[in-house]
Amino acid sequence: MSKKFDAGVKEYRDTYWTPDYVPLDTDLLACFKVTGQDGVPREEVAAAVAAESSTGTWSAVWSELLTDLDFYKGRCYRIEDVPGDKESFYAFVAYPLDLFEEGSVTNVLTSLVGNVFGFKALRHLRLEDIRFPMAFIKTCPGPPNGICVERDRMNKYGRPLLGCTIKPKLGLSGKNYGRVVYECLRGGLDFTKDDENINSQPFQRWQNRFEFVAEAVESAQQETGEKKGHYLNCTAATPEEMYERAEFAKELGQPIIMHDYITGGFTANTGLSKWCRKNGMLLHIHRAMHAVIDRHPKHGIHFRVLAKCLRLSGGDQLHTGTVVGKLEGDRQTTLGFIDQLRESFIPEDRSRGNFFDQDWGSMPGVFAVASGGIHVWHMPALVAIFGDDSVLQFGGGTHGHPWGSAAGAAANRVALEACVKARNAGREIEKESRDILMEAAKHSPELAIALETWKEIKFEFDTVDKLDVN
Amino acid sequence: MPFMSTVGDYQTVATLETFGFLPPFSQDEIYDQIAYIIAQGWSPLVEHVHPSRSMATYWSFWKLPFFGEKDLGVIVSELEACHRAYPDHHVRLVGYDAYTQSQGSCFVVFEAR
Repeated sequence: MSKKFDAGVKEYRDTYWTPDYVPLDTDLLACFKVTGQDGVPREEVAAAVAAESSTGTWSAVWSELLTDLDFYKGRCYRIEDVPGDKESFYAFVAYPLDLFEEGSVTNVLTSLVGNVFGFKALRHLRLEDIRFPMAFIKTCPGPPNGICVERDRMNKYGRPLLGCTIKPKLGLSGKNYGRVVYECLRGGLDFTKDDENINSQPFQRWQNRFEFVAEAVESAQQETGEKKGHYLNCTAATPEEMYERAEFAKELGQPIIMHDYITGGFTANTGLSKWCRKNGMLLHIHRAMHAVIDRHPKHGIHFRVLAKCLRLSGGDQLHTGTVVGKLEGDRQTTLGFIDQLRESFIPEDRSRGNFFDQDWGSMPGVFAVASGGIHVWHMPALVAIFGDDSVLQFGGGTHGHPWGSAAGAAANRVALEACVKARNAGREIEKESRDILMEAAKHSPELAIALETWKEIKFEFDTVDKLDVN
Repeated sequence: MPFMSTVGDYQTVATLETFGFLPPFSQDEIYDQIAYIIAQGWSPLVEHVHPSRSMATYWSFWKLPFFGEKDLGVIVSELEACHRAYPDHHVRLVGYDAYTQSQGSCFVVFEAR
């Protein structure tokens, strides 16, 4: 039946609050934590969020009668209390699949976290989770290689991988930088990493770095008999320069490159990831700027959403925080989103912050990368928390060794293997961490010295962003 | 004390990937790792290679993967039989995971003599 045009401002809830709606399997579902302005009813605010992130405009417009807007609109179908929080609530919104371009995470985010975040009726708004429907997931490229392929390429099995960021992060010449790479890799690490700040600065242009690093990787590989790699950062000012760097890394026979997916942007990331699949290159993903977006408990986007988006956009390794190191992140929440990176089906589990069942189908998994303020004493906890499909990266915890980076690398490798061996033998590695490390140190002077050097260092601050539980 | 006298010289070692930085395992320690592979439901698999080819992706199978084998004694005796037949080869034990099509575990049990 045709409708009449009724000009003026309507209440959002008349159109966008539909508590009887049963979401379709093909709907994209979102959970927002909403903090409205005082005096505005919850249903009205929640409906406004659904409207402003989909088809709505503040005033009725004649042209919406040219289409069947009910087919296209987002709907708020459920409102829930936030445990332990009286001023905020959860709004669950269902979006029809046709609102989004196939394979475009960029498009999804432009809608869901676009203008609506500046909407005046809201004090704060946080996107807590997205349930991506299988019908959308199958249109996304996903990780260029995935965990299985990366293990096969790098010949690393039965343990977490071991890495380290080159320090100092800025100011080294290409040749000096390559030296540090070589020291770490000959000492027993699997990977070294460009610091995210390293792009192509006056003190070290990218081409020069790539050449010296390639020689360092090759030398370490020949001398140790093990496969090695260095994440060559291809993040650049323009896509053209990004691809030029990626091509050169390939020309040098390197196994892995790197990209910063939030500062670089989702479009650039998806493009580079597709290039990686086509060119047989692994892709390491850094997440600079994430804490600006994800750390405030009431505003922004939770990292589990950013992690899901990365898996769709593409990457073989993604930074997730360490739980135990110098950077923010509690254990249950972190376990919740590393599941989103690696598993094929993750059930709804509020105790881990997962608001929806999420089926990833055949999409490959992404290695979780733990990096930032960790050292050998953290090794048992890291192995227990992150399991084998992870990359553990010790920067200061490698280069800070009194004998230098090679010895620091060896100390970490011994500690890692001792923990894996003990875990496999059925020992409780977190509880017995001290015994396991001290036993291993008997055969490794490098580890003994590392244990002595970092014995008192802890980062025990309260997490700012906690799970909402009573 | 002069500073340099406290600094050790780290010598690069040639290693064979996982567990390469630990001292050789005792018999009991090897049994523990085999028991872990069995408990995970993975298929044990023995591979060997001449040291000159140790970085190759494909090492030679010893017979075939032991699909469904849960007897620790059988796996130990096959490892030893492979080592006897190829004393100058590295011999590794793999826990093959058909679900991930990957190796849940992989380490060298006997280094070439």
